[in-house]
Amino acid sequence: MIEVQNIKKAFNGKEVLKGISGKFMQGKTNLIIGSSGTGKSVLLKNIVGLVAPDEGNVFYDGRNFTHGDDELRKDIRRELGMLFQGSALFDSKTVLENVRFPLDMLTNTNKEEKLERVNFCLQRVGLENVNHLKPSEISGGMQKRVGIARAMVLNPKYLFVDEPNSGLDPQTSIKIDELIQEITYEYNTTTVIVTHDMNSVMGIGDYIMYLNKGLKLWEGTSETILETEVVELQDFIFSSRLVRSLKEQKKVI
Amino acid sequence: MTTIGKYFLFLVSFFQNREKFRVYVRLCFQDAVALGINSIFIVAITSSFIGAVTAIQTAYNMISPLIPPYIIGTIVRDMTILELAPTIISIVLAGKVGSNIAGELGTMRITEQVDALEVMGINSASYLVLPKVIAALITFPLLVILSAFLSIFGGYVAGTLTGALTEYEYIYGIRYDFMEFNVPFALIKAFVFAFLITTISAYKGYFTRGGALEVGIASTSAVTNSCIAILLADYLLAQLLL
Repeated sequence: MIEVQNIKKAFNGKEVLKGISGKFMQGKTNLIIGSSGTGKSVLLKNIVGLVAPDEGNVFYDGRNFTHGDDELRKDIRRELGMLFQGSALFDSKTVLENVRFPLDMLTNTNKEEKLERVNFCLQRVGLENVNHLKPSEISGGMQKRVGIARAMVLNPKYLFVDEPNSGLDPQTSIKIDELIQEITYEYNTTTVIVTHDMNSVMGIGDYIMYLNKGLKLWEGTSETILETEVVELQDFIFSSRLVRSLKEQKKVI
Repeated sequence: MTTIGKYFLFLVSFFQNREKFRVYVRLCFQDAVALGINSIFIVAITSSFIGAVTAIQTAYNMISPLIPPYIIGTIVRDMTILELAPTIISIVLAGKVGSNIAGELGTMRITEQVDALEVMGINSASYLVLPKVIAALITFPLLVILSAFLSIFGGYVAGTLTGALTEYEYIYGIRYDFMEFNVPFALIKAFVFAFLITTISAYKGYFTRGGALEVGIASTSAVTNSCIAILLADYLLAQLLL
Protein backbone atom coordinates (compact mmCIF):
# COMPACT_ATOMS: atom_id res chain seq x y z
CA MET A 1 0.00 0.00 0.00
CA ILE A 2 1.11 3.54 -0.75
CA GLU A 3 -0.06 6.37 1.46
CA VAL A 4 0.30 10.06 0.66
CA GLN A 5 -0.15 12.53 3.47
CA ASN A 6 -0.83 16.22 2.95
CA ILE A 7 1.33 16.63 -0.16
CA LYS A 8 1.89 20.27 -1.09
CA LYS A 9 3.89 21.52 -4.04
CA ALA A 10 4.34 24.95 -5.59
CA PHE A 11 6.35 26.05 -8.64
CA ASN A 12 7.51 29.67 -8.76
CA GLY A 13 5.01 30.59 -6.07
CA LYS A 14 2.09 28.90 -7.87
CA GLU A 15 0.49 26.19 -5.76
CA VAL A 16 -0.01 23.05 -7.84
CA LEU A 17 -0.83 20.60 -5.05
CA LYS A 18 -2.65 21.94 -2.01
CA GLY A 19 -2.44 19.16 0.55
CA ILE A 20 -3.33 15.85 -1.07
CA SER A 21 -3.86 12.78 1.09
CA GLY A 22 -4.98 9.30 0.16
CA LYS A 23 -4.21 5.60 0.11
CA PHE A 24 -3.47 3.43 -2.92
CA MET A 25 -4.22 -0.19 -2.16
CA GLN A 26 -2.21 -3.30 -3.06
CA GLY A 27 -3.58 -5.52 -5.82
CA LYS A 28 -5.83 -2.73 -7.12
CA THR A 29 -5.65 -0.35 -10.05
CA ASN A 30 -5.69 3.05 -8.38
CA LEU A 31 -6.52 5.94 -10.69
CA ILE A 32 -5.71 9.62 -10.28
CA ILE A 33 -8.01 11.52 -12.60
CA GLY A 34 -8.71 15.14 -13.44
CA SER A 35 -8.55 17.67 -16.24
CA SER A 36 -5.27 18.79 -17.77
CA GLY A 37 -3.20 21.01 -15.45
CA THR A 38 -4.81 19.88 -12.21
CA GLY A 39 -1.62 18.43 -10.76
CA LYS A 40 -2.09 14.70 -11.50
CA SER A 41 1.36 14.17 -13.03
CA VAL A 42 2.99 16.37 -10.38
CA LEU A 43 1.41 14.21 -7.67
CA LEU A 44 2.71 11.08 -9.40
CA LYS A 45 6.21 12.63 -9.66
CA ASN A 46 6.05 13.43 -5.94
CA ILE A 47 5.10 9.85 -5.17
CA VAL A 48 7.96 8.31 -7.19
CA GLY A 49 10.46 10.91 -5.98
CA LEU A 50 11.13 12.74 -9.25
CA VAL A 51 9.93 15.91 -7.52
CA ALA A 52 10.32 16.60 -3.81
CA PRO A 53 7.16 17.84 -2.09
CA ASP A 54 7.30 21.15 -0.22
CA GLU A 55 5.30 19.54 2.58
CA GLY A 56 3.90 16.11 3.35
CA ASN A 57 5.06 12.51 3.19
CA VAL A 58 4.80 9.46 0.97
CA PHE A 59 4.82 6.07 2.68
CA TYR A 60 5.50 2.77 0.90
CA ASP A 61 4.10 0.05 3.15
CA GLY A 62 4.81 2.24 6.14
CA ARG A 63 8.30 3.29 5.02
CA ASN A 64 8.71 7.06 4.74
CA PHE A 65 10.07 7.58 1.22
CA THR A 66 10.03 11.38 1.29
CA HIS A 67 12.18 11.76 4.37
CA GLY A 68 13.95 8.41 4.34
CA ASP A 69 17.73 8.10 4.06
CA ASP A 70 19.43 7.48 0.69
CA GLU A 71 19.68 3.73 1.29
CA LEU A 72 15.96 3.38 2.04
CA ARG A 73 15.00 5.51 -0.96
CA LYS A 74 17.27 3.40 -3.17
CA ASP A 75 15.72 0.18 -1.83
CA ILE A 76 12.18 1.46 -2.46
CA ARG A 77 13.07 2.72 -5.94
CA ARG A 78 14.22 -0.77 -6.85
CA GLU A 79 10.77 -2.06 -5.92
CA LEU A 80 8.94 0.20 -8.33
CA GLY A 81 8.37 0.22 -12.06
CA MET A 82 7.03 3.04 -14.14
CA LEU A 83 5.50 3.46 -17.57
CA PHE A 84 5.92 7.02 -18.80
CA GLN A 85 3.51 8.98 -20.97
CA GLY A 86 5.81 8.80 -24.01
CA SER A 87 7.12 5.34 -22.98
CA ALA A 88 10.60 6.88 -22.35
CA LEU A 89 12.40 4.01 -24.06
CA PHE A 90 16.11 4.57 -24.66
CA ASP A 91 16.45 5.51 -28.34
CA SER A 92 19.94 4.10 -28.72
CA LYS A 93 19.00 0.66 -27.40
CA THR A 94 17.01 -2.15 -28.98
CA VAL A 95 13.78 -3.49 -27.48
CA LEU A 96 15.75 -6.34 -25.89
CA GLU A 97 18.34 -3.96 -24.40
CA ASN A 98 15.64 -1.62 -23.13
CA VAL A 99 13.81 -4.37 -21.26
CA ARG A 100 17.09 -5.92 -20.04
CA PHE A 101 18.42 -2.56 -18.84
CA PRO A 102 17.10 -2.70 -15.23
CA LEU A 103 18.45 -6.27 -14.94
CA ASP A 104 21.88 -5.15 -16.22
CA MET A 105 22.04 -2.21 -13.87
CA LEU A 106 20.42 -3.50 -10.72
CA THR A 107 20.96 -7.27 -10.55
CA ASN A 108 23.78 -9.77 -10.78
CA THR A 109 21.86 -12.41 -12.74
CA ASN A 110 23.68 -14.12 -15.58
CA LYS A 111 23.14 -13.58 -19.29
CA GLU A 112 20.88 -16.60 -19.86
CA GLU A 113 18.62 -15.78 -16.90
CA LYS A 114 18.33 -12.19 -18.08
CA LEU A 115 17.39 -13.25 -21.60
CA GLU A 116 14.83 -15.70 -20.24
CA ARG A 117 13.26 -13.01 -18.05
CA VAL A 118 13.22 -10.45 -20.89
CA ASN A 119 11.59 -12.90 -23.27
CA PHE A 120 9.04 -13.84 -20.61
CA CYS A 121 8.11 -10.19 -20.03
CA LEU A 122 7.89 -9.42 -23.74
CA GLN A 123 5.68 -12.46 -24.27
CA ARG A 124 3.55 -11.42 -21.30
CA VAL A 125 2.82 -8.06 -22.95
CA GLY A 126 2.13 -9.79 -26.27
CA LEU A 127 5.32 -8.93 -28.14
CA GLU A 128 7.40 -11.41 -30.07
CA ASN A 129 10.13 -11.12 -32.71
CA VAL A 130 10.79 -7.46 -31.94
CA ASN A 131 13.86 -7.92 -29.71
CA HIS A 132 16.28 -6.56 -32.30
CA LEU A 133 14.22 -3.49 -33.27
CA LYS A 134 14.86 0.06 -32.06
CA PRO A 135 11.98 2.01 -30.42
CA SER A 136 11.72 4.23 -33.51
CA GLU A 137 10.97 1.12 -35.61
CA ILE A 138 7.86 0.05 -33.67
CA SER A 139 4.41 1.60 -33.24
CA GLY A 140 3.26 3.74 -30.29
CA GLY A 141 1.19 0.89 -28.88
CA MET A 142 4.14 -1.49 -29.11
CA GLN A 143 6.36 1.11 -27.42
CA LYS A 144 3.87 1.21 -24.52
CA ARG A 145 4.03 -2.58 -24.30
CA VAL A 146 7.82 -2.50 -24.25
CA GLY A 147 7.59 0.18 -21.55
CA ILE A 148 5.32 -2.09 -19.50
CA ALA A 149 7.70 -5.03 -20.03
CA ARG A 150 10.62 -2.88 -18.82
CA ALA A 151 8.58 -1.69 -15.82
CA MET A 152 7.69 -5.27 -14.81
CA VAL A 153 11.04 -6.94 -15.52
CA LEU A 154 12.23 -6.60 -11.92
CA ASN A 155 8.88 -7.87 -10.60
CA PRO A 156 7.96 -4.55 -8.95
CA LYS A 157 5.77 -4.23 -5.87
CA TYR A 158 4.56 -0.83 -7.07
CA LEU A 159 3.67 0.05 -10.64
CA PHE A 160 3.14 3.63 -11.83
CA VAL A 161 1.62 4.55 -15.14
CA ASP A 162 1.40 8.07 -16.52
CA GLU A 163 -1.31 8.60 -19.16
CA PRO A 164 -1.16 5.07 -20.62
CA ASN A 165 -3.54 5.89 -23.46
CA SER A 166 -2.10 9.15 -24.75
CA GLY A 167 -1.57 9.01 -28.51
CA LEU A 168 -3.18 5.58 -28.90
CA ASP A 169 -6.29 4.54 -30.80
CA PRO A 170 -9.29 3.41 -28.65
CA GLN A 171 -8.78 -0.29 -29.39
CA THR A 172 -5.10 -0.25 -28.43
CA SER A 173 -5.94 1.88 -25.38
CA ILE A 174 -8.35 -0.73 -24.10
CA LYS A 175 -5.77 -3.49 -24.65
CA ILE A 176 -3.14 -1.53 -22.73
CA ASP A 177 -5.60 -0.84 -19.89
CA GLU A 178 -6.53 -4.51 -19.69
CA LEU A 179 -2.88 -5.52 -19.72
CA ILE A 180 -2.09 -3.20 -16.82
CA GLN A 181 -5.06 -4.51 -14.87
CA GLU A 182 -4.10 -8.14 -15.55
CA ILE A 183 -0.54 -7.52 -14.37
CA THR A 184 -1.85 -5.77 -11.25
CA TYR A 185 -4.04 -8.71 -10.28
CA GLU A 186 -1.57 -11.38 -11.36
CA TYR A 187 1.41 -9.97 -9.42
CA ASN A 188 -0.59 -8.24 -6.67
CA THR A 189 1.12 -4.92 -7.34
CA THR A 190 0.04 -1.55 -6.05
CA THR A 191 -0.71 0.18 -9.34
CA VAL A 192 -1.21 3.93 -9.63
CA ILE A 193 -2.39 5.29 -12.97
CA VAL A 194 -2.70 8.92 -13.95
CA THR A 195 -5.32 9.41 -16.65
CA HIS A 196 -8.06 11.64 -17.96
CA ASP A 197 -9.49 8.93 -20.20
CA MET A 198 -13.01 8.05 -19.05
CA ASN A 199 -12.82 4.66 -20.79
CA SER A 200 -9.98 3.76 -18.42
CA VAL A 201 -11.88 5.15 -15.45
CA MET A 202 -14.95 3.06 -16.15
CA GLY A 203 -13.00 0.03 -17.33
CA ILE A 204 -10.27 -0.53 -14.77
CA GLY A 205 -10.77 1.95 -11.90
CA ASP A 206 -10.77 -0.07 -8.67
CA TYR A 207 -10.07 3.11 -6.70
CA ILE A 208 -10.37 6.59 -8.15
CA MET A 209 -9.04 9.87 -6.79
CA TYR A 210 -10.33 13.02 -8.50
CA LEU A 211 -8.14 16.13 -8.45
CA ASN A 212 -9.25 19.62 -9.32
CA LYS A 213 -7.04 22.73 -9.09
CA GLY A 214 -4.58 20.96 -6.79
CA LEU A 215 -7.22 19.63 -4.39
CA LYS A 216 -8.66 16.16 -3.94
CA LEU A 217 -12.39 16.69 -4.43
CA TRP A 218 -13.58 13.11 -4.54
CA GLU A 219 -12.51 9.48 -4.09
CA GLY A 220 -14.37 6.26 -4.73
CA THR A 221 -14.79 3.49 -7.28
CA SER A 222 -16.00 3.21 -10.87
CA GLU A 223 -19.34 1.93 -9.51
CA THR A 224 -19.96 5.03 -7.43
CA ILE A 225 -18.47 7.71 -9.68
CA LEU A 226 -21.63 8.14 -11.74
CA GLU A 227 -23.59 8.99 -8.60
CA THR A 228 -21.24 11.76 -7.53
CA GLU A 229 -22.66 15.06 -6.38
CA VAL A 230 -19.39 16.94 -6.84
CA VAL A 231 -20.22 19.43 -9.60
CA GLU A 232 -16.66 19.64 -10.96
CA LEU A 233 -16.45 15.86 -11.21
CA GLN A 234 -19.86 15.69 -12.90
CA ASP A 235 -18.64 18.23 -15.44
CA PHE A 236 -15.50 16.17 -15.98
CA ILE A 237 -17.08 12.74 -16.38
CA PHE A 238 -20.21 13.73 -18.25
CA SER A 239 -18.25 15.61 -20.86
CA SER A 240 -17.79 12.10 -22.29
CA ARG A 241 -20.72 10.99 -24.49
CA LEU A 242 -20.00 7.39 -23.56
CA VAL A 243 -20.44 8.08 -19.86
CA ARG A 244 -23.53 10.18 -20.49
CA SER A 245 -25.11 7.25 -22.34
CA LEU A 246 -24.10 4.88 -19.53
CA LYS A 247 -25.88 7.13 -17.06
CA GLU A 248 -28.96 7.24 -19.27
CA GLN A 249 -28.99 3.43 -19.53
CA LYS A 250 -28.72 3.12 -15.75
CA LYS A 251 -31.72 5.44 -15.32
CA VAL A 252 -33.79 3.39 -17.77
CA ILE A 253 -32.90 0.14 -16.00
CA MET B 1 26.26 33.10 -9.81
CA THR B 2 23.32 30.72 -9.42
CA THR B 3 24.19 29.06 -12.73
CA ILE B 4 27.84 28.64 -11.72
CA GLY B 5 26.79 27.16 -8.38
CA LYS B 6 24.37 24.80 -10.11
CA TYR B 7 27.13 23.81 -12.56
CA PHE B 8 29.50 22.87 -9.72
CA LEU B 9 26.77 20.94 -7.88
CA PHE B 10 26.14 19.12 -11.16
CA LEU B 11 29.84 18.15 -11.30
CA VAL B 12 29.75 16.93 -7.69
CA SER B 13 26.66 14.82 -8.44
CA PHE B 14 28.73 12.63 -10.84
CA PHE B 15 30.43 11.08 -7.84
CA GLN B 16 27.39 10.51 -5.64
CA ASN B 17 25.54 7.19 -5.69
CA ARG B 18 27.76 5.83 -8.48
CA GLU B 19 27.06 2.68 -10.46
CA LYS B 20 29.24 -0.42 -10.77
CA PHE B 21 32.75 0.19 -12.18
CA ARG B 22 32.24 -2.18 -15.13
CA VAL B 23 29.23 -0.12 -16.26
CA TYR B 24 31.43 2.96 -16.60
CA VAL B 25 34.19 1.05 -18.42
CA ARG B 26 31.74 -0.15 -21.08
CA LEU B 27 30.19 3.30 -21.46
CA CYS B 28 33.62 4.98 -21.61
CA PHE B 29 34.59 2.79 -24.58
CA GLN B 30 31.30 3.58 -26.36
CA ASP B 31 31.73 7.31 -25.75
CA ALA B 32 35.40 7.23 -26.73
CA VAL B 33 34.27 5.96 -30.14
CA ALA B 34 31.39 8.44 -30.40
CA LEU B 35 33.33 11.49 -29.23
CA GLY B 36 36.91 10.68 -30.20
CA ILE B 37 37.20 8.15 -33.01
CA ASN B 38 34.26 9.65 -34.92
CA SER B 39 35.96 13.06 -34.79
CA ILE B 40 39.17 11.91 -36.48
CA PHE B 41 37.99 12.87 -39.97
CA ILE B 42 37.04 16.47 -39.13
CA VAL B 43 40.21 16.88 -37.05
CA ALA B 44 42.35 15.52 -39.90
CA ILE B 45 40.81 17.79 -42.54
CA THR B 46 40.92 20.90 -40.35
CA SER B 47 44.47 20.30 -39.15
CA SER B 48 45.95 19.58 -42.58
CA PHE B 49 44.51 22.75 -44.07
CA ILE B 50 45.40 24.89 -41.06
CA GLY B 51 49.04 23.77 -41.38
CA ALA B 52 49.06 24.32 -45.14
CA VAL B 53 47.52 27.79 -44.91
CA THR B 54 49.86 28.79 -42.07
CA ALA B 55 52.89 27.82 -44.18
CA ILE B 56 51.67 29.68 -47.27
CA GLN B 57 50.65 32.82 -45.38
CA THR B 58 53.91 32.89 -43.40
CA ALA B 59 55.86 32.63 -46.65
CA TYR B 60 53.72 35.41 -48.15
CA ASN B 61 54.54 37.72 -45.23
CA MET B 62 58.29 37.01 -45.24
CA ILE B 63 59.40 39.79 -47.51
CA SER B 64 62.80 40.39 -45.93
CA PRO B 65 65.62 38.41 -47.59
CA LEU B 66 67.41 38.45 -44.21
CA ILE B 67 64.94 35.97 -42.72
CA PRO B 68 65.88 32.41 -43.73
CA PRO B 69 63.05 30.29 -45.30
CA TYR B 70 63.38 27.55 -42.70
CA ILE B 71 61.70 29.95 -40.25
CA ILE B 72 58.44 29.07 -42.03
CA GLY B 73 58.78 25.53 -40.62
CA THR B 74 59.58 26.88 -37.17
CA ILE B 75 56.55 29.20 -37.20
CA VAL B 76 54.21 26.44 -38.42
CA ARG B 77 55.55 24.14 -35.68
CA ASP B 78 55.17 26.65 -32.83
CA MET B 79 51.80 27.97 -33.95
CA THR B 80 50.52 24.45 -34.36
CA ILE B 81 51.73 23.08 -31.05
CA LEU B 82 51.05 26.15 -28.96
CA GLU B 83 47.74 27.29 -30.34
CA LEU B 84 46.27 25.83 -33.50
CA ALA B 85 46.22 22.15 -32.56
CA PRO B 86 44.86 22.43 -29.01
CA THR B 87 42.70 25.54 -29.26
CA ILE B 88 41.32 25.58 -32.79
CA ILE B 89 40.70 21.85 -32.76
CA SER B 90 38.96 22.19 -29.40
CA ILE B 91 36.72 24.87 -30.86
CA VAL B 92 35.93 22.56 -33.77
CA LEU B 93 35.21 19.76 -31.29
CA ALA B 94 33.03 22.10 -29.21
CA GLY B 95 30.90 22.46 -32.33
CA LYS B 96 30.77 18.77 -33.14
CA VAL B 97 30.92 17.05 -29.77
CA GLY B 98 29.37 19.82 -27.66
CA SER B 99 26.22 20.10 -29.74
CA ASN B 100 26.01 16.30 -29.90
CA ILE B 101 26.14 15.93 -26.09
CA ALA B 102 23.69 18.78 -25.42
CA GLY B 103 21.30 17.54 -28.11
CA GLU B 104 21.41 13.94 -26.88
CA LEU B 105 20.92 14.79 -23.20
CA GLY B 106 18.33 17.47 -23.98
CA THR B 107 16.28 15.01 -26.01
CA MET B 108 16.62 12.37 -23.29
CA ARG B 109 15.40 14.94 -20.77
CA ILE B 110 12.31 16.07 -22.67
CA THR B 111 11.34 12.51 -23.62
CA GLU B 112 11.55 11.48 -19.93
CA GLN B 113 14.42 9.04 -20.51
CA VAL B 114 16.38 10.80 -17.76
CA ASP B 115 13.37 10.47 -15.43
CA ALA B 116 13.18 6.77 -16.31
CA LEU B 117 16.77 6.33 -15.08
CA GLU B 118 16.04 8.26 -11.88
CA VAL B 119 12.94 6.18 -11.13
CA MET B 120 15.09 3.04 -11.40
CA GLY B 121 17.35 4.50 -8.71
CA ILE B 122 20.19 5.24 -11.14
CA ASN B 123 22.13 8.50 -10.78
CA SER B 124 21.37 9.80 -14.27
CA ALA B 125 24.01 12.56 -14.23
CA SER B 126 26.72 10.11 -13.27
CA TYR B 127 25.54 7.39 -15.65
CA LEU B 128 25.09 9.66 -18.67
CA VAL B 129 27.77 12.31 -18.25
CA LEU B 130 30.75 10.90 -16.33
CA PRO B 131 31.69 8.37 -19.07
CA LYS B 132 31.57 11.15 -21.68
CA VAL B 133 33.89 13.33 -19.59
CA ILE B 134 36.36 10.48 -19.05
CA ALA B 135 36.22 9.49 -22.74
CA ALA B 136 36.91 13.08 -23.80
CA LEU B 137 39.76 13.47 -21.29
CA ILE B 138 41.41 10.42 -22.86
CA THR B 139 40.66 11.00 -26.55
CA PHE B 140 40.98 14.80 -26.91
CA PRO B 141 44.73 14.91 -26.09
CA LEU B 142 45.24 12.08 -28.60
CA LEU B 143 43.30 14.05 -31.21
CA VAL B 144 45.46 17.09 -30.48
CA ILE B 145 48.63 15.03 -31.02
CA LEU B 146 47.21 13.76 -34.32
CA SER B 147 46.20 17.29 -35.24
CA ALA B 148 49.70 18.64 -34.53
CA PHE B 149 51.32 15.97 -36.73
CA LEU B 150 48.87 16.54 -39.59
CA SER B 151 49.11 20.32 -39.36
CA ILE B 152 52.91 20.24 -39.53
CA PHE B 153 52.65 17.74 -42.38
CA GLY B 154 50.15 20.03 -44.15
CA GLY B 155 52.61 22.88 -43.81
CA TYR B 156 55.36 20.68 -45.27
CA VAL B 157 53.25 19.70 -48.30
CA ALA B 158 52.05 23.25 -49.00
CA GLY B 159 55.44 24.85 -48.33
CA THR B 160 57.41 22.51 -50.56
CA LEU B 161 54.83 22.23 -53.37
CA THR B 162 54.57 26.01 -53.72
CA GLY B 163 58.34 26.34 -53.68
CA ALA B 164 58.35 28.61 -50.62
CA LEU B 165 61.10 26.44 -49.12
CA THR B 166 62.83 23.14 -49.72
CA GLU B 167 62.12 19.87 -47.93
CA TYR B 168 65.43 20.14 -46.11
CA GLU B 169 64.69 23.71 -45.00
CA TYR B 170 61.26 22.75 -43.64
CA ILE B 171 62.61 19.77 -41.69
CA TYR B 172 65.45 21.93 -40.38
CA GLY B 173 62.93 24.63 -39.43
CA ILE B 174 60.65 22.35 -37.44
CA ARG B 175 63.65 20.97 -35.53
CA TYR B 176 65.25 24.37 -34.96
CA ASP B 177 65.25 25.79 -31.40
CA PHE B 178 62.54 23.36 -30.22
CA MET B 179 61.12 24.01 -26.74
CA GLU B 180 60.06 20.68 -25.29
CA PHE B 181 57.66 22.17 -22.76
CA ASN B 182 55.34 23.24 -25.59
CA VAL B 183 54.18 19.64 -26.05
CA PRO B 184 53.01 19.00 -22.45
CA PHE B 185 51.56 22.52 -22.47
CA ALA B 186 49.43 21.64 -25.52
CA LEU B 187 48.31 18.41 -23.85
CA ILE B 188 47.39 20.23 -20.63
CA LYS B 189 45.30 22.60 -22.73
CA ALA B 190 43.62 19.70 -24.53
CA PHE B 191 42.84 18.07 -21.18
CA VAL B 192 41.31 21.25 -19.73
CA PHE B 193 39.35 22.03 -22.90
CA ALA B 194 38.00 18.46 -23.05
CA PHE B 195 36.69 18.84 -19.51
CA LEU B 196 35.12 22.22 -20.26
CA ILE B 197 33.45 21.14 -23.53
CA THR B 198 31.91 17.96 -22.12
CA THR B 199 30.77 19.33 -18.76
CA ILE B 200 29.36 22.62 -20.09
CA SER B 201 27.55 20.88 -22.95
CA ALA B 202 26.24 18.17 -20.63
CA TYR B 203 25.06 20.80 -18.15
CA LYS B 204 23.19 22.66 -20.89
CA GLY B 205 21.58 19.46 -22.22
CA TYR B 206 20.82 17.87 -18.85
CA PHE B 207 18.81 20.83 -17.58
CA THR B 208 16.84 21.40 -20.78
CA ARG B 209 13.14 22.05 -20.19
CA GLY B 210 10.43 22.25 -22.83
CA GLY B 211 10.51 20.75 -26.30
CA ALA B 212 12.42 20.52 -29.55
CA LEU B 213 12.95 24.30 -29.69
CA GLU B 214 14.62 24.29 -26.27
CA VAL B 215 16.85 21.37 -27.28
CA GLY B 216 18.05 23.46 -30.22
CA ILE B 217 18.65 26.43 -27.94
CA ALA B 218 20.55 24.20 -25.49
CA SER B 219 22.79 22.88 -28.29
CA THR B 220 23.59 26.38 -29.55
CA SER B 221 24.18 27.61 -26.03
CA ALA B 222 26.45 24.62 -25.31
CA VAL B 223 28.65 25.47 -28.30
CA THR B 224 28.88 29.22 -27.62
CA ASN B 225 29.51 28.76 -23.89
CA SER B 226 32.11 26.07 -24.54
CA CYS B 227 33.93 28.31 -27.04
CA ILE B 228 33.97 31.23 -24.61
CA ALA B 229 35.21 28.95 -21.81
CA ILE B 230 37.94 27.55 -24.10
CA LEU B 231 39.21 31.02 -25.03
CA LEU B 232 39.14 32.19 -21.42
CA ALA B 233 40.95 29.07 -20.20
CA ASP B 234 43.41 29.41 -23.09
CA TYR B 235 44.38 32.88 -21.90
CA LEU B 236 44.60 31.81 -18.24
CA LEU B 237 46.74 28.76 -19.02
CA ALA B 238 49.09 30.81 -21.19
CA GLN B 239 49.42 33.37 -18.43
CA LEU B 240 49.97 30.73 -15.75
CA LEU B 241 52.21 28.21 -17.51
CA LEU B 242 54.34 30.13 -20.03
